[in-house]
Amino acid sequence: MAPLMAYIALTTGFVLILIGLYGALTNRNILRMIVAFTVANTGVNLVMVAIGYLHGRTAPILDAAVPVEQAAALIIDPLPQALVLTAIVIGVGVTALMLAYAYRLYETKRTLDISQYTELKW
Amino acid sequence: MIRRLFVILLLLGLGGVFAGLVAGYSPDDTLNLTARYYADHTAQDIGAANIVTAIIVTYRGLDTLGEVTVLFLTAAIVGLVLAQSRRKADAPQRPLPPSGELLTTGTRLLVPLILLLGVYVFVNGHLTPGGGFQGGAILASAVLMLLLTDPLLRIGHGLIAAIESTAGLLFVGIGVLGIVLAGGFLDNRILPIGDLGNLFSAGAIPIIYSIIGLKVGAEFSSMLATLAETEDL
Amino acid sequence: MTPMLIGMSLLLAVTMVVAGVLATRPSQALSISILAAGLVSLLASVQFLLLAAPDVAMTEAAIGSGLTTFLFFFVLGRIRGGDRD
Repeated sequence: MAPLMAYIALTTGFVLILIGLYGALTNRNILRMIVAFTVANTGVNLVMVAIGYLHGRTAPILDAAVPVEQAAALIIDPLPQALVLTAIVIGVGVTALMLAYAYRLYETKRTLDISQYTELKW
Repeated sequence: MIRRLFVILLLLGLGGVFAGLVAGYSPDDTLNLTARYYADHTAQDIGAANIVTAIIVTYRGLDTLGEVTVLFLTAAIVGLVLAQSRRKADAPQRPLPPSGELLTTGTRLLVPLILLLGVYVFVNGHLTPGGGFQGGAILASAVLMLLLTDPLLRIGHGLIAAIESTAGLLFVGIGVLGIVLAGGFLDNRILPIGDLGNLFSAGAIPIIYSIIGLKVGAEFSSMLATLAETEDL
Repeated sequence: MTPMLIGMSLLLAVTMVVAGVLATRPSQALSISILAAGLVSLLASVQFLLLAAPDVAMTEAAIGSGLTTFLFFFVLGRIRGGDRD
Protein backbone atom coordinates (compact mmCIF):
# COMPACT_ATOMS: atom_id res chain seq x y z
CA MET A 1 0.00 0.00 0.00
CA ALA A 2 2.57 2.45 1.12
CA PRO A 3 4.71 3.19 -1.95
CA LEU A 4 1.79 2.75 -4.34
CA MET A 5 2.14 6.27 -5.73
CA ALA A 6 5.64 5.57 -7.03
CA TYR A 7 4.49 2.29 -8.59
CA ILE A 8 1.57 3.98 -10.34
CA ALA A 9 3.79 6.71 -11.76
CA LEU A 10 6.50 4.22 -12.72
CA THR A 11 4.04 1.99 -14.58
CA THR A 12 2.38 4.96 -16.30
CA GLY A 13 5.76 6.24 -17.40
CA PHE A 14 6.81 2.89 -18.86
CA VAL A 15 3.44 2.46 -20.62
CA LEU A 16 3.76 5.96 -22.10
CA ILE A 17 7.26 5.14 -23.37
CA LEU A 18 5.92 2.00 -25.07
CA ILE A 19 2.94 3.88 -26.56
CA GLY A 20 5.22 6.63 -27.83
CA LEU A 21 7.72 4.21 -29.37
CA TYR A 22 4.93 2.23 -31.02
CA GLY A 23 3.51 5.43 -32.48
CA ALA A 24 6.92 6.61 -33.68
CA LEU A 25 7.72 3.27 -35.33
CA THR A 26 4.37 2.60 -37.01
CA ASN A 27 3.22 6.05 -38.15
CA ARG A 28 4.35 7.21 -41.56
CA ASN A 29 3.57 10.89 -41.16
CA ILE A 30 6.62 12.77 -39.88
CA LEU A 31 4.61 15.14 -37.67
CA ARG A 32 2.83 12.18 -36.08
CA MET A 33 6.19 10.57 -35.35
CA ILE A 34 7.33 13.76 -33.61
CA VAL A 35 4.11 13.86 -31.54
CA ALA A 36 4.74 10.24 -30.54
CA PHE A 37 8.29 11.12 -29.52
CA THR A 38 7.04 13.84 -27.17
CA VAL A 39 4.69 11.32 -25.55
CA ALA A 40 7.63 8.95 -24.98
CA ASN A 41 9.66 11.89 -23.65
CA THR A 42 6.98 12.63 -21.04
CA GLY A 43 7.02 8.97 -20.06
CA VAL A 44 10.78 9.01 -19.46
CA ASN A 45 10.46 12.10 -17.27
CA LEU A 46 7.69 10.47 -15.26
CA VAL A 47 9.81 7.37 -14.65
CA MET A 48 12.75 9.43 -13.45
CA VAL A 49 10.72 11.52 -11.02
CA ALA A 50 8.98 8.41 -9.71
CA ILE A 51 12.35 6.82 -8.91
CA GLY A 52 13.30 9.79 -6.72
CA TYR A 53 10.03 9.68 -4.78
CA LEU A 54 10.12 8.48 -1.19
CA HIS A 55 6.87 7.68 0.52
CA GLY A 56 5.51 10.13 3.09
CA ARG A 57 8.09 12.82 2.43
CA THR A 58 7.77 16.30 1.08
CA ALA A 59 9.29 18.49 -1.62
CA PRO A 60 12.98 19.48 -1.26
CA ILE A 61 12.31 23.07 -0.22
CA LEU A 62 13.46 24.22 3.20
CA ASP A 63 10.80 26.28 5.00
CA ALA A 64 8.86 26.28 8.25
CA ALA A 65 7.59 22.74 7.61
CA VAL A 66 11.08 21.43 6.79
CA PRO A 67 13.63 22.74 9.32
CA VAL A 68 17.24 22.54 8.22
CA GLU A 69 18.29 20.07 10.92
CA GLN A 70 15.69 17.45 9.98
CA ALA A 71 15.83 18.04 6.24
CA ALA A 72 17.48 14.72 5.48
CA ALA A 73 14.61 12.86 7.17
CA LEU A 74 11.79 14.87 5.59
CA ILE A 75 12.57 15.56 1.95
CA ILE A 76 12.63 13.40 -1.16
CA ASP A 77 15.64 12.98 -3.41
CA PRO A 78 16.25 16.34 -5.18
CA LEU A 79 18.73 15.05 -7.75
CA PRO A 80 16.30 13.29 -10.17
CA GLN A 81 14.21 16.45 -10.13
CA ALA A 82 17.14 18.57 -11.21
CA LEU A 83 17.95 16.07 -13.97
CA VAL A 84 14.34 15.94 -15.21
CA LEU A 85 14.22 19.75 -15.28
CA THR A 86 17.17 19.68 -17.64
CA ALA A 87 15.61 16.88 -19.66
CA ILE A 88 12.35 18.78 -20.18
CA VAL A 89 14.12 21.91 -21.43
CA ILE A 90 16.37 19.94 -23.77
CA GLY A 91 13.31 17.94 -24.89
CA VAL A 92 11.52 21.03 -26.18
CA GLY A 93 14.72 22.08 -27.96
CA VAL A 94 14.90 18.69 -29.70
CA THR A 95 11.23 18.91 -30.62
CA ALA A 96 11.74 22.36 -32.14
CA LEU A 97 14.66 21.02 -34.19
CA MET A 98 12.65 18.07 -35.45
CA LEU A 99 9.80 20.39 -36.40
CA ALA A 100 12.13 22.73 -38.30
CA TYR A 101 13.56 19.78 -40.25
CA ALA A 102 10.04 18.45 -40.91
CA TYR A 103 9.09 21.83 -42.35
CA ARG A 104 12.12 21.84 -44.63
CA LEU A 105 11.45 18.28 -45.74
CA TYR A 106 7.89 19.23 -46.59
CA GLU A 107 9.26 22.17 -48.54
CA THR A 108 11.36 19.90 -50.77
CA LYS A 109 8.80 17.17 -51.55
CA ARG A 110 5.44 18.55 -50.45
CA THR A 111 4.69 15.44 -48.50
CA LEU A 112 5.15 14.34 -44.92
CA ASP A 113 5.04 10.62 -45.72
CA ILE A 114 8.36 9.20 -44.55
CA SER A 115 8.26 6.42 -47.14
CA GLN A 116 8.53 9.01 -49.93
CA TYR A 117 11.95 10.08 -48.71
CA THR A 118 14.04 7.34 -50.29
CA GLU A 119 17.31 9.15 -51.07
CA LEU A 120 19.15 7.65 -48.13
CA LYS A 121 17.52 4.25 -48.38
CA TRP A 122 19.60 1.24 -49.34
CA MET B 1 2.75 -6.24 -42.24
CA ILE B 2 6.00 -8.05 -41.40
CA ARG B 3 7.26 -4.63 -40.34
CA ARG B 4 4.49 -4.17 -37.81
CA LEU B 5 5.19 -7.65 -36.46
CA PHE B 6 8.83 -6.69 -35.85
CA VAL B 7 7.76 -3.50 -34.11
CA ILE B 8 5.39 -5.40 -31.85
CA LEU B 9 8.06 -7.99 -31.07
CA LEU B 10 10.55 -5.24 -30.23
CA LEU B 11 8.08 -3.48 -27.99
CA LEU B 12 7.13 -6.76 -26.30
CA GLY B 13 10.79 -7.29 -25.48
CA LEU B 14 11.12 -3.76 -24.21
CA GLY B 15 7.90 -4.19 -22.23
CA GLY B 16 9.40 -7.29 -20.65
CA VAL B 17 12.49 -5.35 -19.62
CA PHE B 18 10.30 -2.58 -18.17
CA ALA B 19 8.14 -5.10 -16.32
CA GLY B 20 11.29 -6.55 -14.82
CA LEU B 21 12.40 -3.09 -13.74
CA VAL B 22 9.04 -2.35 -12.08
CA ALA B 23 9.01 -5.76 -10.37
CA GLY B 24 12.57 -5.23 -9.12
CA TYR B 25 11.92 -1.71 -7.89
CA SER B 26 12.31 -1.50 -4.15
CA PRO B 27 11.50 1.91 -2.69
CA ASP B 28 14.15 3.34 -0.39
CA ASP B 29 13.31 4.38 3.13
CA THR B 30 16.12 6.88 3.48
CA LEU B 31 17.96 9.21 1.17
CA ASN B 32 20.98 7.88 -0.63
CA LEU B 33 24.44 9.31 0.06
CA THR B 34 24.40 12.10 -2.55
CA ALA B 35 20.91 13.27 -1.69
CA ARG B 36 21.76 13.23 2.01
CA TYR B 37 24.78 15.42 1.33
CA TYR B 38 22.62 17.92 -0.54
CA ALA B 39 19.98 17.88 2.20
CA ASP B 40 22.52 18.42 4.99
CA HIS B 41 24.84 20.94 3.37
CA THR B 42 22.68 23.15 1.14
CA ALA B 43 21.54 25.45 3.95
CA GLN B 44 25.04 26.22 5.26
CA ASP B 45 27.00 26.09 2.03
CA ILE B 46 24.64 27.58 -0.53
CA GLY B 47 21.95 29.27 1.53
CA ALA B 48 19.16 28.49 -0.93
CA ALA B 49 15.86 27.30 0.49
CA ASN B 50 15.02 25.41 -2.69
CA ILE B 51 17.47 22.52 -2.87
CA VAL B 52 16.67 21.78 -6.53
CA THR B 53 17.74 25.32 -7.39
CA ALA B 54 20.93 24.90 -5.38
CA ILE B 55 21.75 21.75 -7.36
CA ILE B 56 20.95 23.29 -10.73
CA VAL B 57 22.73 26.62 -10.25
CA THR B 58 25.66 25.75 -8.03
CA TYR B 59 26.39 22.07 -7.39
CA ARG B 60 25.80 21.23 -11.05
CA GLY B 61 26.16 24.71 -12.47
CA LEU B 62 28.40 23.49 -15.25
CA ASP B 63 25.59 21.19 -16.45
CA THR B 64 23.31 24.19 -16.61
CA LEU B 65 25.86 26.13 -18.62
CA GLY B 66 25.94 23.19 -21.02
CA GLU B 67 22.18 23.09 -21.07
CA VAL B 68 21.76 26.73 -22.04
CA THR B 69 24.46 26.19 -24.66
CA VAL B 70 22.48 23.30 -26.13
CA LEU B 71 19.39 25.48 -26.11
CA PHE B 72 21.30 28.28 -27.80
CA LEU B 73 22.56 25.88 -30.46
CA THR B 74 19.03 24.61 -31.01
CA ALA B 75 17.69 28.12 -31.48
CA ALA B 76 20.58 28.90 -33.82
CA ILE B 77 20.07 25.74 -35.90
CA VAL B 78 16.31 26.32 -36.13
CA GLY B 79 17.07 29.82 -37.37
CA LEU B 80 19.65 28.50 -39.84
CA VAL B 81 17.46 25.69 -41.20
CA LEU B 82 14.52 28.00 -41.67
CA ALA B 83 16.55 30.97 -42.92
CA GLN B 84 15.56 30.44 -46.56
CA SER B 85 11.94 29.86 -45.66
CA ARG B 86 11.36 33.24 -44.08
CA ARG B 87 8.26 34.95 -45.30
CA LYS B 88 9.18 37.92 -47.48
CA ALA B 89 7.87 41.19 -46.20
CA ASP B 90 5.86 41.81 -49.39
CA ALA B 91 4.99 38.20 -50.16
CA PRO B 92 1.37 37.53 -51.06
CA GLN B 93 -0.36 36.51 -47.91
CA ARG B 94 -3.51 34.49 -47.74
CA PRO B 95 -6.09 36.74 -46.15
CA LEU B 96 -6.15 36.35 -42.41
CA PRO B 97 -9.26 36.85 -40.34
CA PRO B 98 -8.71 39.77 -38.00
CA SER B 99 -7.81 38.85 -34.43
CA GLY B 100 -10.84 39.22 -32.21
CA GLU B 101 -11.38 42.20 -29.98
CA LEU B 102 -11.09 39.92 -26.98
CA LEU B 103 -7.66 38.61 -27.99
CA THR B 104 -6.30 42.06 -28.86
CA THR B 105 -7.46 43.73 -25.66
CA GLY B 106 -6.61 40.71 -23.58
CA THR B 107 -3.07 40.68 -24.95
CA ARG B 108 -2.61 44.36 -24.23
CA LEU B 109 -3.76 43.74 -20.65
CA LEU B 110 -1.95 40.48 -20.06
CA VAL B 111 1.48 40.86 -21.67
CA PRO B 112 2.90 43.20 -18.98
CA LEU B 113 1.45 40.99 -16.25
CA ILE B 114 2.91 37.85 -17.84
CA LEU B 115 6.32 39.51 -18.10
CA LEU B 116 6.05 40.51 -14.45
CA LEU B 117 5.12 36.95 -13.46
CA GLY B 118 8.08 35.60 -15.40
CA VAL B 119 10.47 37.96 -13.63
CA TYR B 120 8.90 37.08 -10.26
CA VAL B 121 9.33 33.38 -10.94
CA PHE B 122 13.02 33.59 -11.75
CA VAL B 123 13.94 36.15 -9.12
CA ASN B 124 12.40 33.93 -6.43
CA GLY B 125 13.88 30.74 -7.84
CA HIS B 126 15.99 30.10 -4.74
CA LEU B 127 13.01 30.36 -2.37
CA THR B 128 9.99 28.89 -4.11
CA PRO B 129 9.43 26.33 -6.87
CA GLY B 130 10.39 27.85 -10.17
CA GLY B 131 13.45 29.52 -11.52
CA GLY B 132 15.20 30.59 -14.66
CA PHE B 133 13.86 27.93 -16.99
CA GLN B 134 10.24 28.28 -15.93
CA GLY B 135 10.46 32.07 -15.80
CA GLY B 136 12.11 32.13 -19.22
CA ALA B 137 9.30 30.02 -20.65
CA ILE B 138 6.77 32.42 -19.14
CA LEU B 139 8.57 35.39 -20.73
CA ALA B 140 8.48 33.55 -24.05
CA SER B 141 4.74 32.98 -23.67
CA ALA B 142 4.29 36.77 -23.61
CA VAL B 143 6.01 36.89 -27.00
CA LEU B 144 3.76 34.01 -28.05
CA MET B 145 0.66 36.06 -27.17
CA LEU B 146 1.94 38.97 -29.25
CA LEU B 147 2.50 36.60 -32.17
CA LEU B 148 -0.99 35.15 -31.80
CA THR B 149 -2.59 38.59 -31.81
CA ASP B 150 -0.75 39.77 -34.89
CA PRO B 151 0.57 36.88 -37.02
CA LEU B 152 2.39 39.34 -39.28
CA LEU B 153 4.30 40.89 -36.40
CA ARG B 154 8.06 40.83 -36.83
CA ILE B 155 9.84 40.38 -33.55
CA GLY B 156 13.16 42.22 -33.47
CA HIS B 157 15.69 39.43 -33.82
CA GLY B 158 18.47 41.92 -33.12
CA LEU B 159 17.03 42.68 -29.69
CA ILE B 160 16.59 38.98 -28.91
CA ALA B 161 20.14 38.23 -30.01
CA ALA B 162 21.50 41.13 -27.93
CA ILE B 163 19.68 39.95 -24.77
CA GLU B 164 20.72 36.37 -25.42
CA SER B 165 24.42 37.04 -25.93
CA THR B 166 24.69 39.59 -23.12
CA ALA B 167 23.10 37.12 -20.73
CA GLY B 168 25.41 34.37 -21.91
CA LEU B 169 28.51 36.50 -21.42
CA LEU B 170 27.33 37.63 -17.98
CA PHE B 171 26.66 34.02 -17.00
CA VAL B 172 30.20 32.95 -17.90
CA GLY B 173 31.60 36.17 -16.38
CA ILE B 174 29.96 35.45 -13.03
CA GLY B 175 31.25 31.89 -13.26
CA VAL B 176 34.80 33.18 -13.72
CA LEU B 177 34.32 35.65 -10.86
CA GLY B 178 33.58 32.59 -8.75
CA ILE B 179 37.06 31.26 -9.52
CA VAL B 180 38.67 34.59 -8.62
CA LEU B 181 36.69 35.51 -5.49
CA ALA B 182 35.40 32.20 -4.14
CA GLY B 183 35.98 28.47 -4.37
CA GLY B 184 35.55 27.69 -8.04
CA PHE B 185 33.70 28.15 -11.30
CA LEU B 186 30.10 29.35 -10.72
CA ASP B 187 30.57 29.40 -6.93
CA ASN B 188 27.72 31.48 -5.55
CA ARG B 189 29.65 32.78 -2.54
CA ILE B 190 30.98 35.83 -4.35
CA LEU B 191 28.12 37.63 -2.57
CA PRO B 192 27.18 37.15 1.11
CA ILE B 193 25.00 34.12 1.67
CA GLY B 194 22.62 35.96 3.97
CA ASP B 195 19.72 34.51 5.93
CA LEU B 196 17.98 31.43 4.64
CA GLY B 197 14.61 32.38 3.17
CA ASN B 198 15.30 36.03 2.39
CA LEU B 199 15.03 37.39 -1.14
CA PHE B 200 18.60 38.70 -0.90
CA SER B 201 20.25 35.47 0.14
CA ALA B 202 22.00 32.50 -1.40
CA GLY B 203 24.85 34.60 -2.74
CA ALA B 204 24.80 35.00 -6.48
CA ILE B 205 22.03 32.47 -7.15
CA PRO B 206 19.23 35.04 -7.75
CA ILE B 207 21.50 36.91 -10.17
CA ILE B 208 22.63 33.79 -12.02
CA TYR B 209 19.07 32.47 -12.23
CA SER B 210 17.80 35.82 -13.53
CA ILE B 211 20.46 35.74 -16.23
CA ILE B 212 19.49 32.17 -17.11
CA GLY B 213 15.85 33.28 -17.20
CA LEU B 214 16.57 36.09 -19.65
CA LYS B 215 18.72 33.82 -21.80
CA VAL B 216 16.19 31.00 -21.90
CA GLY B 217 13.36 33.44 -22.54
CA ALA B 218 15.26 34.97 -25.45
CA GLU B 219 16.07 31.55 -26.88
CA PHE B 220 12.49 30.28 -26.70
CA SER B 221 11.21 33.57 -28.13
CA SER B 222 13.64 33.28 -31.02
CA MET B 223 12.50 29.70 -31.74
CA LEU B 224 8.83 30.69 -31.64
CA ALA B 225 9.38 33.78 -33.78
CA THR B 226 11.43 31.88 -36.36
CA LEU B 227 8.82 29.16 -36.69
CA ALA B 228 6.03 31.75 -36.85
CA GLU B 229 7.77 33.77 -39.55
CA THR B 230 8.06 30.92 -42.04
CA GLU B 231 6.04 31.18 -45.21
CA ASP B 232 2.96 29.14 -45.95
CA LEU B 233 3.52 25.98 -47.94
CA MET C 1 -5.67 11.73 2.67
CA THR C 2 -3.49 9.03 1.17
CA PRO C 3 -6.33 6.99 -0.40
CA MET C 4 -7.58 10.15 -2.08
CA LEU C 5 -4.12 10.91 -3.44
CA ILE C 6 -3.79 7.36 -4.73
CA GLY C 7 -7.21 7.57 -6.34
CA MET C 8 -6.27 10.82 -8.03
CA SER C 9 -2.98 9.35 -9.14
CA LEU C 10 -4.75 6.33 -10.64
CA LEU C 11 -7.26 8.55 -12.42
CA LEU C 12 -4.45 10.66 -13.83
CA ALA C 13 -2.56 7.56 -14.92
CA VAL C 14 -5.56 6.12 -16.78
CA THR C 15 -6.34 9.45 -18.46
CA MET C 16 -2.72 9.86 -19.48
CA VAL C 17 -2.59 6.42 -21.08
CA VAL C 18 -5.86 7.07 -22.93
CA ALA C 19 -4.63 10.47 -24.13
CA GLY C 20 -1.31 8.89 -25.14
CA VAL C 21 -3.10 6.28 -27.27
CA LEU C 22 -5.24 9.05 -28.77
CA ALA C 23 -2.11 11.05 -29.58
CA THR C 24 -0.42 8.23 -31.47
CA ARG C 25 -3.37 6.70 -33.36
CA PRO C 26 -2.90 7.30 -37.09
CA SER C 27 -6.64 7.63 -37.77
CA GLN C 28 -6.92 10.70 -35.56
CA ALA C 29 -6.85 14.23 -37.00
CA LEU C 30 -3.37 15.63 -36.51
CA SER C 31 -4.57 18.63 -34.49
CA ILE C 32 -6.35 16.28 -32.10
CA SER C 33 -3.16 14.23 -31.77
CA ILE C 34 -1.15 17.34 -30.90
CA LEU C 35 -3.72 18.43 -28.32
CA ALA C 36 -3.76 14.93 -26.82
CA ALA C 37 0.03 14.96 -26.51
CA GLY C 38 -0.27 18.35 -24.77
CA LEU C 39 -2.86 16.82 -22.46
CA VAL C 40 -0.48 13.97 -21.57
CA SER C 41 2.12 16.60 -20.65
CA LEU C 42 -0.33 18.65 -18.60
CA LEU C 43 -1.57 15.62 -16.66
CA ALA C 44 2.04 14.54 -16.14
CA SER C 45 2.68 17.90 -14.49
CA VAL C 46 -0.17 17.24 -12.02
CA GLN C 47 1.32 13.79 -11.43
CA PHE C 48 4.69 15.46 -10.69
CA LEU C 49 2.98 17.67 -8.13
CA LEU C 50 1.55 14.59 -6.41
CA LEU C 51 5.06 13.10 -6.44
CA ALA C 52 6.29 16.13 -4.43
CA ALA C 53 8.20 17.69 -7.34
CA PRO C 54 6.76 21.22 -7.73
CA ASP C 55 9.78 22.48 -9.70
CA VAL C 56 9.39 19.78 -12.32
CA ALA C 57 5.63 20.31 -12.37
CA MET C 58 6.07 24.00 -13.20
CA THR C 59 8.61 23.26 -15.91
CA GLU C 60 6.49 20.58 -17.50
CA ALA C 61 3.38 22.79 -17.45
CA ALA C 62 5.11 25.86 -18.88
CA ILE C 63 7.54 24.25 -21.33
CA GLY C 64 6.50 20.68 -22.03
CA SER C 65 2.81 21.35 -22.29
CA GLY C 66 2.58 25.01 -23.28
CA LEU C 67 5.44 25.86 -25.61
CA THR C 68 5.68 22.46 -27.32
CA THR C 69 2.00 22.48 -28.29
CA PHE C 70 2.34 25.93 -29.80
CA LEU C 71 5.49 24.97 -31.71
CA PHE C 72 3.51 22.10 -33.24
CA PHE C 73 0.63 24.36 -34.15
CA PHE C 74 2.90 26.95 -35.77
CA VAL C 75 4.34 24.25 -38.05
CA LEU C 76 0.98 22.60 -38.64
CA GLY C 77 -0.49 25.97 -39.59
CA ARG C 78 2.21 26.51 -42.22
CA ILE C 79 2.03 23.04 -43.72
CA ARG C 80 -1.27 22.79 -45.51
CA GLY C 81 -2.37 19.32 -46.42
CA GLY C 82 0.21 17.84 -44.07
CA ASP C 83 -2.62 16.08 -42.31
CA ARG C 84 -2.87 13.64 -45.21
CA ASP C 85 -0.62 10.69 -44.76
